[in-house]
Amino acid sequence: MEIILAVIVGLLYASGIYLMLRRSLVKLVVGLVLLGNGVNLLIFLLGGLVRGKPPLIPDTATYLGQVYADPVPQALILTAIVISFGLQSFAIVLIKRTYVVVNTDDMDQIHSTEEDDDY
Amino acid sequence: MMTINLIILPVLLQFSLAILLLFFWRRIFTQKIISIAGSILSIVVSASLFSAVYDGEILTMQAGNWGPPFGITFVADTFSATMVLLASISAAAVTVFSSVTIKRARMKFGYFPSFHFLVMGLNGAFLTGDIFNLYVWFEVIIISSFVFITLGGKKVQIEGAVKYFTLNFLASMIFLTAIAVLYGLAGSLNMADLAGKIKTIQNQGLVQVTAILFLVGFGIKSAMFPLYFWLPDSYHTPQAAISSIFAGLLTKVGIYALLRVFSLIFIPDAFMKSLIVILAAMTLISGGLGAVVQTNMRKMFSYLIVCHIGYMIGGLGMFTVAALSGAVFYLIHDIIIKTNLFLVGGLVYKISGELNMKRMGGIYANYPLLSLLIAVPLFSLIGVPPLSGFWPKINLFSESFTTANYFLLGSFIFGSIITLSVLARFWSEAFWKKWEHPVRKPHIRYYDQMPQSERAMLIIPILFLSFISLYMGLGAENIFRLSNQIASELIDTSAYINAVLGSVTTNVTP
Repeated sequence: MEIILAVIVGLLYASGIYLMLRRSLVKLVVGLVLLGNGVNLLIFLLGGLVRGKPPLIPDTATYLGQVYADPVPQALILTAIVISFGLQSFAIVLIKRTYVVVNTDDMDQIHSTEEDDDY
Repeated sequence: MMTINLIILPVLLQFSLAILLLFFWRRIFTQKIISIAGSILSIVVSASLFSAVYDGEILTMQAGNWGPPFGITFVADTFSATMVLLASISAAAVTVFSSVTIKRARMKFGYFPSFHFLVMGLNGAFLTGDIFNLYVWFEVIIISSFVFITLGGKKVQIEGAVKYFTLNFLASMIFLTAIAVLYGLAGSLNMADLAGKIKTIQNQGLVQVTAILFLVGFGIKSAMFPLYFWLPDSYHTPQAAISSIFAGLLTKVGIYALLRVFSLIFIPDAFMKSLIVILAAMTLISGGLGAVVQTNMRKMFSYLIVCHIGYMIGGLGMFTVAALSGAVFYLIHDIIIKTNLFLVGGLVYKISGELNMKRMGGIYANYPLLSLLIAVPLFSLIGVPPLSGFWPKINLFSESFTTANYFLLGSFIFGSIITLSVLARFWSEAFWKKWEHPVRKPHIRYYDQMPQSERAMLIIPILFLSFISLYMGLGAENIFRLSNQIASELIDTSAYINAVLGSVTTNVTP
């Protein structure tokens, strides 16, 4: 299972970076989404995969007797998912706005040198 | 070693201000009043936090009373409290300045709430003692800064925003990757706990890789060579008040994180030191060369930000008490001076209506007293002896000499000379030169068309920050005592670690 996840994480990173290096704005955003998901999976993988119970101590005991799943990575991923979701939705609105204003999808065209006198 | 909720107050205050402002969405005048009053209150709050830790005491707070290292810890040591104080001083100056310079239409789209969310993120990043929580505060900062950089939606802004967004998102992802690997290695997120655990890890090679990931992540945010290219391409696009808070605080929070992480968790070895020193030297040289060729005032200032980042990173790279003290002093000086520099840029624009230095002129002839005021931050930035930019450079220069980093010493001197020549050119173009063809643009509200009260709102923040710079220069022994204390706490982190982890037993009472 670790191997499969590791390969998937690698693929997500590689394709995310590759798409970010493309000139298209849409591919840039898709790349960002893939990269964000790759990081989330990496946290999950490095938190340690166990077939364990939830980390809840029963009323009758004072400590966890059996194998349990580490809750911290899950909490981290949950936070990271929410944050990257917000950023990704911002990115989508931003590229739509860019397309409206600049009228191109090509990043090479995004280099206006005009001096904006609207400081 | 005491738990005190005063620590979280700067964060909470900004948060409640931002929420309160949301209720007055369309009432611009009310927003201005609340924002300025709240910013002044936040100076008082941060000053009380600062005075509580000034004598070397380290305060901690465990969120939800979860004992360390399990819960999120907030730590206020001298370094954090100093940064919070400086952030509120800069923020207060910028709120006053922005109340007359930001366009009404932009204020109606939530300028002031976003501003306080941004400062909340900064305060949180300075005060947290948890590495994942630091990531969350960084995200709060950048999301608010995205609002700022796109506010207005002009073509040049949107184009700057694409670059700014992409690189900052990438930096966050690299930072998060580093946290993931670190958690996998050490199984902890508390920075004080990590400081102890990182030494016991067998796989020190992977620890080095993680350190490099942190360096790259924070390096992008703090605009270090060769990761700074987004900064000059985006910082000149928003309005003056926004640029000044970006210039004063956004890159500096990256420097703060670098200083914190590389003194507490990853103590630099010989390789890391030489890597950071080379990067610092290259930052100074490339930022300086970038500034020389610019004729646009704002772009020139943006390159000066990059150039001066090198002083602080160079101090970290040498990693001695004196060098870190210099770096911290420079950081303290730079937050105030860079905020002020961009405010000055906004004022010069309001006077001349031009951004290109070649088309400016005659400010000294028309406003001699104002020019004298503007000279104070410019001279401090260069580091003319009694002023604040000079004192940290003594430490940095002498330490780079004693640690035999001659290349770094050369770039320090190069950076200073470039700053001098660039600002001298700015001074002679904008202030001393005769204004050849003053063109009045109809859509700009010029300085001389403003009523006295609005002019005062432009001048007071610059005056306020200039006084603080003057105090830092003329009262340098106080700042040196502060920066020496911070630097020795950065080298000897046992007090920090004890303050955080030692409260495990004392904190179990409900």
